[in-house]
Amino acid sequence: MARSNKPIVWSLFAAGGTVAAFITPVMILVTGLAVAVGLLPAEALAYDRMLALVQNPLGKGLVFLAVFLPAWHAAHRLRITAHDFGIRADVAVMAVCYGLAALASVIAAFALFRV
Amino acid sequence: MSRRPYRRAVSTTSWWLARPRYIRYMAREVSCVFIGAYTAVVVVGLVRLSDGAAAWGAFLESLQAPVSVAFHLLALAFALYHTVTWFNVTPKAMPVQFGEAQLPGGVIIGAHYTGWALVSALVLFLAGV
Amino acid sequence: MNERHVDLEILRYDPETDEEPAFQTYRVPCQEDWVVLDAVNYVKDVLDRTLSYRWSCHMAVCGSCGMMINGEPMLSCKAFVRDMPDRIRIEPLANFPIERDLVVVTDDFMDKLASVKPYLIPREEKAIEDGAHVQTPAQLKKFKQYTLCINCTLCYAACPQYAHDQNFTGPAALALAHRYNLDSQDVGRGAREDVVASNAGIWECSFVGACSDVCPHEVDPAGAIQQTKIASTVDYFMGLLTPERDR
Repeated sequence: MARSNKPIVWSLFAAGGTVAAFITPVMILVTGLAVAVGLLPAEALAYDRMLALVQNPLGKGLVFLAVFLPAWHAAHRLRITAHDFGIRADVAVMAVCYGLAALASVIAAFALFRV
Repeated sequence: MSRRPYRRAVSTTSWWLARPRYIRYMAREVSCVFIGAYTAVVVVGLVRLSDGAAAWGAFLESLQAPVSVAFHLLALAFALYHTVTWFNVTPKAMPVQFGEAQLPGGVIIGAHYTGWALVSALVLFLAGV
Repeated sequence: MNERHVDLEILRYDPETDEEPAFQTYRVPCQEDWVVLDAVNYVKDVLDRTLSYRWSCHMAVCGSCGMMINGEPMLSCKAFVRDMPDRIRIEPLANFPIERDLVVVTDDFMDKLASVKPYLIPREEKAIEDGAHVQTPAQLKKFKQYTLCINCTLCYAACPQYAHDQNFTGPAALALAHRYNLDSQDVGRGAREDVVASNAGIWECSFVGACSDVCPHEVDPAGAIQQTKIASTVDYFMGLLTPERDR
């Protein structure tokens, strides 16, 4: 039996899962809920502040990691979840899941590069 | 005596309904759909941010729609479930041994929760709470 | 002592006469201190001598009396009737072919076990006159937990990935591979890795964790597999960095 190449996607899954565990709940809270329902002042997500965050090289890098790693985590887990729901077309599932994660990463990188 | 081993069929689609622990496992796995979808929202936000102040303002406005708030509430619930299930198995994946003594799993889990609280507090502080 | 009447629904299968297994119910007067195995023994001794099942030690050491008890894989000698409802459903261990009644075919598990080389592969053979191998308590502690496996295969019966892919090496075999990999006297990790780090090995596991939940000796195969994933991932990237390295 041959040794697997899974470490490539699994290491991204594991790193992404860790990052998502630490930051995704608070990010959802701030960007998706607190400002929208008025728990935080609109100032929190003001254009100038957000622009300053993603124009700062460190901020740019952190934001990219906060997108890239959870995206690959979700993609890899979705591939396995599809199998758990009885979908056996692993090659097609893999192409869709990893493809979406790659697309999200590229678009995020492009947007961060452009600002 | 003839052998005729019988293999019982297992459903490939609904096996996980058989036991509560399998349902909890599937809930953990399905959290990826919400983490992935939320990440997509962030990517859209980054694109709108790079489009300028007007586009960003429209994006913020769309986040106030009830359907957006409902999605984020659901996503938050699954994200929290991911966090809890992820941290709670860390001692299994990364046990720590000093000499003959095993660091209690509760300490490893507790360290993760402490770090989580600090990171969350930092983000909230930067957001202006 | 109080007797309590319990209905045992036992899955019966006779390969010579039955097309498929079917449940048969036996009413058993159970004593307060009985385990499910005692109730099954009562069926065999008093009610129906044709019932087939495996057991030996009656003390959770031999690992042969595993059964599905109300859907959960358990050692029947460790499952007290007093903790059970008045109807107890008893089936052969899931995910294995049924040989007859509660007896399953475990050949596949035996092959998987052998495939991970579950024995010490020492750096060099040592002559008896050269004295004992030395191992500190701290070195022993690293893998002691994984030596407690009794090969009862409850973990295979609990594992949904094994249920859906019989090629999966499975929890107990991978935990035992981990046990030898962690042993300071052993240098066989590279030799085991072709099986352990293949797609059908650790990478088939999605960390359901059911194996560890049902393990009667708290071996924690799920933990062993995750630790192996981390170690194999490190190996993989080290191998890419230093392709000439002896693996």
